Parts: sequence; C-alpha cells; structure tokens
Amino acid sequence: MSKVEGWLRRAWNHDLAWNFRHSPVAILAALLTLVCVGGAVFAPWLAPHNPFDSGALNLSDGFTPPAWTQGGKAMYLLGTDDQGRDLLSAIMYGARISLGVGVAAVLFSMALGVGLGLASGYVGGRLDAFIMRVADIQLSFPAILIALLIDGVARVALPREAHDEIAIYVLILAIGVSGWVQYARTVRGSTLVERNKEYVQAARVIGRSSAAIMLRHVLPNVMGPVLVIATIHIATAIITEATLSFLGVGVPPTQPSLGTLIRVGNDFLLSGEWWITVFPGAALIVLVLSVNLLGDWLRDALNPKLR
Amino acid sequence: MTFTRRFTAAFAVAVAALVITAVPGQAATLRWAAQNDILTLDPHSQNHATTHSLLAHSYEGLVRYTKDFQVEPSLATSWQQISPTQWRFNLRKGVKFHDGSPFTADDVVFSYGRIMQPQGTNQIYVFGVKEVKKIDDYTVDMILSGPNPVLLHQFVNFRIMSKIWSVKNKAENVQDYVAREESFASRNANGTGPYIIKLWEPDKRIVMTANPAWWDKLIGNATDVIYTPIKADATRVSALLAGDVDLVTDLPTQDVTRLRSDPKIKVLDGFENRTIFIGMDQHNPELLYSNVKGKNPFKDVRVRKALNLAVDRDAIKRVTMRGLSQPAAIMIAPSVHGYGSDIDKVAPVDVEGAKKLLAEAGYPNGFEFGLDCPNNRYVNDEEICQALVGMWARAGLKVKLNAQPMASFIAKIQKFDHSTYMLGWGVATFDALFSLQSLLRTKTTGADGSFNLGRVSDPKLDALIDAAKTETDPKKRDDLLRDALVLTRDNYYYVPLHHQMRPWAMKKNVTTVYKADDAPESRYARVD
Repeated sequence: MSKVEGWLRRAWNHDLAWNFRHSPVAILAALLTLVCVGGAVFAPWLAPHNPFDSGALNLSDGFTPPAWTQGGKAMYLLGTDDQGRDLLSAIMYGARISLGVGVAAVLFSMALGVGLGLASGYVGGRLDAFIMRVADIQLSFPAILIALLIDGVARVALPREAHDEIAIYVLILAIGVSGWVQYARTVRGSTLVERNKEYVQAARVIGRSSAAIMLRHVLPNVMGPVLVIATIHIATAIITEATLSFLGVGVPPTQPSLGTLIRVGNDFLLSGEWWITVFPGAALIVLVLSVNLLGDWLRDALNPKLR
Repeated sequence: MTFTRRFTAAFAVAVAALVITAVPGQAATLRWAAQNDILTLDPHSQNHATTHSLLAHSYEGLVRYTKDFQVEPSLATSWQQISPTQWRFNLRKGVKFHDGSPFTADDVVFSYGRIMQPQGTNQIYVFGVKEVKKIDDYTVDMILSGPNPVLLHQFVNFRIMSKIWSVKNKAENVQDYVAREESFASRNANGTGPYIIKLWEPDKRIVMTANPAWWDKLIGNATDVIYTPIKADATRVSALLAGDVDLVTDLPTQDVTRLRSDPKIKVLDGFENRTIFIGMDQHNPELLYSNVKGKNPFKDVRVRKALNLAVDRDAIKRVTMRGLSQPAAIMIAPSVHGYGSDIDKVAPVDVEGAKKLLAEAGYPNGFEFGLDCPNNRYVNDEEICQALVGMWARAGLKVKLNAQPMASFIAKIQKFDHSTYMLGWGVATFDALFSLQSLLRTKTTGADGSFNLGRVSDPKLDALIDAAKTETDPKKRDDLLRDALVLTRDNYYYVPLHHQMRPWAMKKNVTTVYKADDAPESRYARVD
C-alpha cells in the first residue's frame, strides 16, 4: 500500500469526510462552488470570447438578447451588453475578479485578525485592552462603510492615473481591513483558553520564546474556528466587493467584476434589456449562496456540540 | 358641538386646498433634472452650455433669443448702427439687480472688461468689440474692430454683472477655473433676470425663485425651480416616472421608446445644434500618454485620417444612440448657418484602409494613446468612448480610456493634459464662425481658439476664419465658412462623430419650449 493511498484512505474515513458524504446540501453546494470557481479560474480557456480584448468587440452585436429568445445569436448564449461583449464570458471573467478579490481580502483579513488576536490573547494587559477597544470601535461601523472610507481616502491620496491599476489592491485592502475583527475576537478567546493549558506551560518552562509558542503551539490549536469564519467571510467579501463596484467605487469598468457588470446593466434594466444585469446578478447569487452553504456545513460539522 | 366645529373647519381647509390646486395659472414649482451640474456661478468663467443655461435664469444679456431664435431686446431696448464699426445700444431703464443695485451703462462697460480677462473662456461672445463707450447712464456705444454680421447673436451669451456688487464683494476678476480658484462670484449669483438663484449645492441642487421685480413677465407659471443633476441614467428616468421630477432634459437613448409609450409622460423631440467629436493633440512635440517617443503621430495627416476611417459612425448611431444621432463629417450641425448636406457626407468605415495609412505613416503595429472623456455631459458619452476604444483597437491602436465627470475632465483638457479627448460643441450663435473660431483658429489668449485644445494651427484656415469675421457680403461670407469647413474636414483636424439629438421628457402636466441650443428656459415652463 503506497503512502498516497494510505493518506487518501485516512482522509476518506475522517469524520469530516463522513459528514460530507452524508450531507446532500453540502455536496450540492460543493458542486456549485466547484462549477463557479472552475469557470472563473479557467475562464481564459473556457470562455467563448475574450471580453477584455476591445479589438475583438463588435459594436454591431451590442444588445443581442440571449440565444433562446427572439433575435438571439447562438454564439452569444446569454446575450451581449451595450458594447457587444459576450455576457457569459464577461460573467466568467467577472467572477474571476470577484473571487480573486474575495479570497485575497479574506486571507488579508485572516492574517491581520489572527495575528492581532494571538498577540492580544497571549500577551494580554494593555495591548489586549487596546486591540480589543479598537475592535469594539470598528464593530460599531458597518463593514461597507469602513471599506468605502478606505477606498475614498486611497482615491484622494493616490494620483488619478494610477487608480485603475491599483484599484483592485485598494479594494482588497479596504475589504480586508474591514473584516479583521471577528478573527481577532475568536482567536483571542481561544488563545485565552489555550495559554493556560499544560503544553503551553511546558513550552514556557523549557524556555521557548513567546513568538515561537504563539506560532508553533497555540496557533495550530485555534485555527479550526478561524477556517469556518473564513469560509463564510469569503461570501461576505464577495458581496462587499460587488456592493462597492455597484456603487462605482470598486473595480473599474475596463476590468468588470460581477458588481460592475450589474451596475452597467442596471442602466438598461428599465428599457427591456434585462439580461445585461439579471445574468451577472444570478451568477453572483449562485456563487455566494453555494459558498455560504459550504461554510454553514463546515461550521456545523466542526462544532462538537452538534455532533 | 366641538366635534362638528372642528370637522367643519377641517372640511373648509380641505376644500380650500382643492380649490387652490385646481385653479390653473397658480404659482408652481418646476423640478428639473439633467445629467450634469453647472461648473460655476461666475457668468464669465466657463463657456459651458449647462452653466450658461442655468445662469441665464439669473444673468441677462443685452439681447436674448425668442423661441424661434430671433434676437429680441433684453437689457437693451433698441440699437442702431451709427457706422459699420460703431453700434449704439439704448439700455432699459429702471432695471434692478437682485441685490437692489440699479442697472446702468457702467455695468455694461464693467462686464465687457471682465469677460475679456484671459482666464475666462467666454471672450468669444464679445469678439470683435474693441471698446465699450459709455455715452450716458442708459446709452453705450460698441466700437468694433471691423464689421461683424453676428454681433447680436454673440451678445445673447454676454451676461451683465453689477459693477457695484462685484466691487463690493471683491469679485471684479473672473474666476480662474483651471487653477481651481473660488471667488464670491463663483459661489453667488446676482443678475437682473427672471429668477433669483438662492442656493447652489454642487452636485446636489440649484434652487431658484422668480424675481418679483423682473422687467418682463414669466410666460409659464414656474415661480420656483429646483434643478437636480442626476448622473445615473436609470435613476434619472426613475425619478421622472416616480414623479420626483417634472422635466428631464437629457434622456438616456435606451429609454426614449419606452417613455414615448408611457401615458403619463410627454417626449419632445429635437435636434440639438451640437456636434460631438474627438480632438487630437497636434501641438506637443511628443505625444502624452503614448508609447511613441520623441514625436507626435497626430501631426501626420495620415494618422488623423486613419483614426477617422476606423470609426463606424453608423454602428454608434444604430446601437449606442438608437437612431438618435446623425453621423457627421463636418464640425457643425444642420441647424447652424453655414451647414451644407453636400459637404457633410460621411465616408464609410474602412479598417483596412486605416491600417494601411498607419503603416505608411510608420506605425505598422499601431501605437498607444490616451482618450479623455466626460461621463456625464453628452448623450452616452462614456459608452461612445468605450466603443471608439474597440474600433481603434481593430485598426491596431491601443487606447487607454479615462472617463470622468465634466468638472474634472474640462479642467484637465484645458491644461492640454491629454493626447485625445471627446468634446461636443453647441453653437450659441447659430453660425459656423462660432465653431470655427473656437475650435480651429490658432490659439490665442482671447476668443480665437478658446477651445482649440489640440492646438490645431493652419495659416490657411486662420486666413479663411479671419476673413469671415468681418466679411459683410453674405454670399462671400458663406463661401469662406464653407471653405474653412471643407479644409478642416479634408485635413482631418478633428474626428467628428455625430450631430446629437436630444429629446426631453416631462410629465403630461408640464408644458415648455424645446431649445435646440441646449439652453432650457424655465420662464416658458407651465406646471398645471
């Protein structure tokens, strides 16, 4: 029996895997997520057109309705937008940006929140008080407001010409910073429990540095809840990105995310060209819903009280 | 007993309210929305149609247009030509500015000196006037540098400010808009006109109320006007449908058909006298925002021609404008004097031809440049620019689009900080000279070339334009204008896109007069 086989067998028999196999909702959500993520990640190979190649766009094909309705063309399955961009391709490329921003923002949030939470819980004292008061203050603002604020400041502070190139990074930063609190609080709580356990005291006795104890000993034992929060947070981050883009402060229209597509299409919703906004909207709903369901399942599966 | 009395009182109030709303001719509020905001309240600072249109509610000129664009007396009651270069204007007596100061000849002399200041962009409206002489308190003489057949048309947008008010508030100098200067006059308005501008909250609203002391009478009944700039197309139309605004003066093209079929809405059609075009920097030795170093490709007529050939004007008309435009080859619209349909023939789109021309000019692989665009000024401005990026990409050109609101866009391109830009030119005087002189005459600090932002300079064209300024023989003048328009077309100094149509929509109970010069006047508006 090879090593890989043994590893796979162990994974298959793991609690989590067993739980997954017996939860139809989780399987469905995972499948949908897989389709969305796959479509997004492999968009350059899978998408029928390249919506960012402005030379390939044909204005004469603008406002083509979906293929199955009257006036639709087979080459544009979900129709085209005002510039003749294929909507299916635009959605795939858009989901790529939405997902990319969402995941990057969550990773950023997680790194920030976990770091601060560990320090807060392990060091305690004034540092703990300070970090937790900052967290309290931030919690009194809605996340979207903080993201808007950071985005607005960045826009004023940075030169106009650079906006388009760095818009995505500003967005990641804005969404990331607006979401660190829940990680910090969770990790701090777990750290407070862990720090007095025997293995931590043992490590302290043999003279390991605080940093090493936090990272090598405490961190692995507090990551479980963090992963659950992160999964659910991805969905929130995607929604936040879409909201900012819908408001016109997110991703520029030259590289449309799902939110930007919805905003652009919104202008035509009243005039009968519903597909330009409805399909990106539907794609956003499916993506967020499936990630959310997956996150919910993970939370339940990892919650010892629910076992 | 108490109950009955209270009930009777309430009933009386209700009846009274009903009667008040039912009687026609009562004072009414006009809630008017359009895409963009005014740039300033200083009437001599920016030559921008929306700004002029709103400010005309407060500031008046010596003359004004009738509904049919005939010139009629306004602050001047009559005029005569003493000689071809000397005009005498008799001023209206007893007119007061909104602050109470009297209107006299001093204000005309002062306003002339003010509008001529180089930091403004409105010198064209007094172009050819060498001096304004006060004869007495209610008479001024305009001394011209040469005969000027369109003088009165120019004066429509030459707005008179109070000298007393300006001096008192230290607003004698025109606001330097490009330097982002603010002054008392750029934040406060004080004219003689039909409406008093009470409040301007930039990007939010302008509130006006009828001037009870105005020398003329309102034609409609709109005694209060609230102007709201609403950039988003769908929001603007929704506001009209929901009844939050009464009048929208720039409709998104995609909604025109639907609004026409809506029984609660009335649509007024109209050709605006505005031509939308792309300007190219033809002055800088090295093109900005480009990968071409050490030279400026737009100095080469073949490159300019290539840009022209690659544009599919019919597709823009059909898809983006939904039929509401007329493809353009020359720089003036059909309603402008000097227009000829025989010279406004658009060459068919020819991408291969464009590629060949670019290769001949030494750019077989194209090159990069920037396109600056407003996104709240002209009908579908940003969408058209996006479409142009695609059309030029097919000819091998890589275009970086920078679309932003009019207020920041116009400041940027007036600093010549661009490689190409989109602009639309409406013709306040209804005469081709206005466009030729502003857009094509070699740039000076005054009216000549005031919006020649690509800094086109062609001595032959200058000679034609200068000759047309003072030519009084109508036939000869028309020939000069025509030659100048054809010369511009054949040298591809601009990329004309189309003459814009611009329907207005209003609620069924609103009546007003369509103005092709993009200057809606609330004095015509009735809300019943």
